[in-house]
Amino acid sequence: MEAAHLSDSPSEPLRRTPLYQSHVDLGAKMVPFAGWEMPVQYAGVIAEHHAVRQQAGLFDVSHMGEIWVSGPEAEKAIQWMTCNNLAVLVNGRAQYNAIINPQGGVVDDIIVYRVGPERFFVCVNASNAERDFKWFCEHGKGFKAVFENVSDSFGQVAIQGPNAIKILPLLGGPFVEAAGLKPFFFSQFSFLGADVVCARTGYTGEDGFEVFISAERTVELWSRLLELGKPHGLVPAGLGARDSLRLEACYPLHGHELGEDITAIESGLGWIVKPEKGAFIGSETLARQKKEGAPRTLVAFEVKDPGIARHGDQLFDGGGSKVGWVTSGTKTPTLNRSVGLAIVASPCSAEGTQLLADVRGRRLQCAVVKKPLYSRK
Amino acid sequence: MSIPEQLQYTKDHEWLKVEGKTATVGITHFAQSELGDIVFADIPAVGKAVEKGQSLCVVESTKAASDVYAPVSGKVVAVNEALKNSPELINRDPYGQGWIAKIEVTKDSDLHVLLSAGQYQDLLAGK
Repeated sequence: MEAAHLSDSPSEPLRRTPLYQSHVDLGAKMVPFAGWEMPVQYAGVIAEHHAVRQQAGLFDVSHMGEIWVSGPEAEKAIQWMTCNNLAVLVNGRAQYNAIINPQGGVVDDIIVYRVGPERFFVCVNASNAERDFKWFCEHGKGFKAVFENVSDSFGQVAIQGPNAIKILPLLGGPFVEAAGLKPFFFSQFSFLGADVVCARTGYTGEDGFEVFISAERTVELWSRLLELGKPHGLVPAGLGARDSLRLEACYPLHGHELGEDITAIESGLGWIVKPEKGAFIGSETLARQKKEGAPRTLVAFEVKDPGIARHGDQLFDGGGSKVGWVTSGTKTPTLNRSVGLAIVASPCSAEGTQLLADVRGRRLQCAVVKKPLYSRK
Repeated sequence: MSIPEQLQYTKDHEWLKVEGKTATVGITHFAQSELGDIVFADIPAVGKAVEKGQSLCVVESTKAASDVYAPVSGKVVAVNEALKNSPELINRDPYGQGWIAKIEVTKDSDLHVLLSAGQYQDLLAGK
C-alpha cells in the first residue's frame, strides 16, 4: 500500500478542539485537516453518512472560526466586503454569504447572524479564520465597526438528520424553544452557564441545527446530545461523512469549489450575489458576469466508466481539448454512484454534455448532470 | 488486528499466500482499516506482467485512491472479479473473499524477503 495514505505526518503542530479527547475515547480516526487534528470517521464513513440521511449524526465543527462585528457601521462594513444583501436580514436570522476579492473571487464563504441592528456574528472556515479576520480589519477599517476574532472561545457542534428535531429539545431549557426555529433562524441564550448560539442550519442536505457554545462547555453539550440521541439513532459522524454528504447536496467547499481565482458566479454562488444592494468589493465583475454569464461554470457530473474522478483531475471534451477540472469527487453512499463537482468552460456546462476525466492516465467517460445530486424529500 | 500465522507479509501492508509458484495477494486487515470504506477497486487484467514494488492495482476509499504494490514480480494469472461489484469485500474479509490477484512468481528470490506474521506484527508495533 501507498504509505502516504496510511500515515499523514503534518509539518506543523496541529490544533485540537475541546472535543479531542472525546473523539479519541470514541475510537475516532484522527487526521490533520485545515491545521486541526479532526475525526475523519468513527465507525466508518458510509455508516455515518447513512445515519445522517436516515436518523441523525453529531459533528464536531469547533474548528470553524467566529468573528464578532459590532458598531454603528457594522452592517455597512460587511455589506462592502461581501456579496449578499444584509439589509434584508432581520434580527435572529442567519444568511449564507461570501467575502469577495476585487476580481470577484471568493476569499471565503461564511454565515452571518444578525444579533442586533449593530451587531453580527460571523462563522468562517477553519483554514481561513486568521485570514478573514485580517481581511475584515484591513478592508473594514474605514467604517465605524469593531472586529473581534473569538474563534478560540467557541466550540461548535452540528446535529444533522431527520431525527435532529426530536433530539435537540431533549436537552431541555431553552433548547425546547430553539427546536421550533425555522430554517436559517437562530436564537441566543445561556445554557449550563455558557453562551449559546443555536441555528437551524447545516452542511449535509438534511434538517438540523448548528450549536455554538463556549469552549469550556462543549464537551458537556456533546456528551449529553450523544446520550439523549442514542434512542433516536444519533451517532458521532466525522469529516469523511460531512464531505460526502455536502457533495451529494452540492454545497461548495472552500479550497475545492471556492477560491480566490474562481469568481462567485463561476462557482455557482450567483444566488447570493446581489449587485442591486450597491457597490461592494468585486461587485463590478460579479454584476457583469451575473448579467452576461461567466467564462466558466460549476457543474455536477457522473462518471459512467468504472472509477472515481477526484479533486485536481483534468477534464477534456470529445476532441481532446482541456475544458476544466474536477473540484470534488467520490462514490457517494446515498447515490452509490461515482459523482463529483467540476469547474468547466461554460459551453460545456449543459446537462448531458459528455466529458472525459483523466484519472491517473486513464480517460473516464463522464456526463454533466443536474444539481443538486441529492435533495431531501 | 488480525494477522494470520500462515500468510506472509510486506512492509507495505500486503499479504501473500504462496502455493508452489503462485502467490495470492491482498491487503492486510491493518491496511483496510486505515483506508476506511473501500468503494472502488481498479483490479489488474489477467495476463498483466507486474514488477515487484510497482502498482498492482488501485483501491479507492471515499476519501482517496491508494496504490497496492506488487509484492513479487511475475504475471497476473487470476483476479478477484467479485471486487468489481463488491469492493467492500476487502474491508469485510481482507484475507479471504477480499483477495485481489494471483501472481505467478518469476523470481524465487522475491519470496525470500517477505515478512512472517511475527515480523509484520513487530512492524505494526513499531519495533
